[in-house]
Amino acid sequence: MSATPSYNFAYLDEQTKRMIRRAILKAIAIPGYQVPFASREMPMPYGWGTGGVQVTAAIVGPTDVLKVIDQGADDTTNAVSIRAFFAKVANVKTTTHTGDATIIQTRHRIPEKQLQAGQTLVYQVPIPEPLRLLEPRETETRVMHALKEYGLMHVKLYEDIATHGRIATTYGYPVMVEDRYVMSPSPTPKFDNPKMHMSAALQLFGAGREMRIYAVPPFTKVVSLDFEDHPFEIQHFSEPCALCAATGVYLDEVILDDHGGHMFVCSDTDNCEDRRAAGHRGALSGEVLEAAE
Amino acid sequence: MDTNTLDGGFADPVMQSQTAFRAVMDSLANPGTVQALTLGLTPPSSLSPELAAIALTLCDHDTTLWLDRDLATDAVLGWLRFHTSAPITSERAQAQFALTRDPAVLLADFDQGTDLYPDRSTTVALAIQSVSGGKTLTLTGPGIEGSITIAPQGLPEDFLAQWAENGAQFPRGVDLLLVADGQLIGLPRTTRIKEA
Repeated sequence: MSATPSYNFAYLDEQTKRMIRRAILKAIAIPGYQVPFASREMPMPYGWGTGGVQVTAAIVGPTDVLKVIDQGADDTTNAVSIRAFFAKVANVKTTTHTGDATIIQTRHRIPEKQLQAGQTLVYQVPIPEPLRLLEPRETETRVMHALKEYGLMHVKLYEDIATHGRIATTYGYPVMVEDRYVMSPSPTPKFDNPKMHMSAALQLFGAGREMRIYAVPPFTKVVSLDFEDHPFEIQHFSEPCALCAATGVYLDEVILDDHGGHMFVCSDTDNCEDRRAAGHRGALSGEVLEAAE
Repeated sequence: MDTNTLDGGFADPVMQSQTAFRAVMDSLANPGTVQALTLGLTPPSSLSPELAAIALTLCDHDTTLWLDRDLATDAVLGWLRFHTSAPITSERAQAQFALTRDPAVLLADFDQGTDLYPDRSTTVALAIQSVSGGKTLTLTGPGIEGSITIAPQGLPEDFLAQWAENGAQFPRGVDLLLVADGQLIGLPRTTRIKEA
């Protein structure tokens, strides 16, 4: 008997991996359709990315390079601990550079740098069913998907317009995949929706608590739902990143003091670091502030 | 008991099944690309090493497996039972995975899935003569940037008609893995095929 506990490669046992792998293959064959799978207990609570972790564990191999982001950042608790988990149980190389990664597990962002063929983006998904908040019964939503009956979703978007004058959904914005299935992009900001369309990377979605896996293969049509007179729009920011002066990227607001002081910085920390290394400086970067003193 | 039953499986099941799975995943995510599937398996002679690799990678006690009559020799059945524990079925419509090298295979006979659960359809692995050198076919659909051509040899004669029928019932339909000589082409039900 061995004195120290040992795990199978990538933590999961082989039968579990086969079960998840079969679900992934069917998910790829039916883009946007949610494949049920027998989600396992993982050494972390539901809601911390157990679906994404199971998908990553089922696909990862010794030659992969893994990046994990949480809201765009490589250095937050969820990202750091999942990266450490796979470094330990799969002995896999890890990176924070989007371009170097073969597998990128993400919680709620798509990297700013365009993904390449051969890369796989694994999303952690809390609620995979886009219709769930409109229709609580799984039996009903399943029939609605089978019949391609998505009127309810359009009513919801229309009610947004009636109440707010515009579609007020800002994250988890529903998309139509390959003209067939309405899919939740997971709670990514709608800013990222256009990046899913015709992406060169394979996109896999894992929802551990809800026991669903779905996928968008590379070069697949992903269209955000909208109306002719209220076309889909992404968020726009009035100022550039305060650290790297990037425009056209998704920004997080950071509160600086209790007098209303705030700054907007890149949500994608790797992209921001790359730009600063290349010499770009924002209004609140250290060098600019020192020069002003 | 034939001792050959016990031999010829994966030397390193964890890593080799991961390699084989990634080949299958990449083949279905990028239809028309040719993936390598050489893992040194030595199954009983009528079963090709590629079909064996797919069975050992994806099948276990949870999956029903169907083999064409030509393949289903005692040696092959015993080998697959030992290495995968998969229940073997003689009903095509109940198979989750099918292994065949029969050029007269009828895709419509397999489980097509249901409108509610299209994922429950059969995945058919078909051993052909070669993944190249045949009539040129043009593929379009998800996973393909623009279009891509393949030229497999040894497809069923009425393959294009069968495949069009398979695609017409989307989201229902079978998914197909074409294998020959350590190589693999994946054709998910979404792929549209025309003669070039």
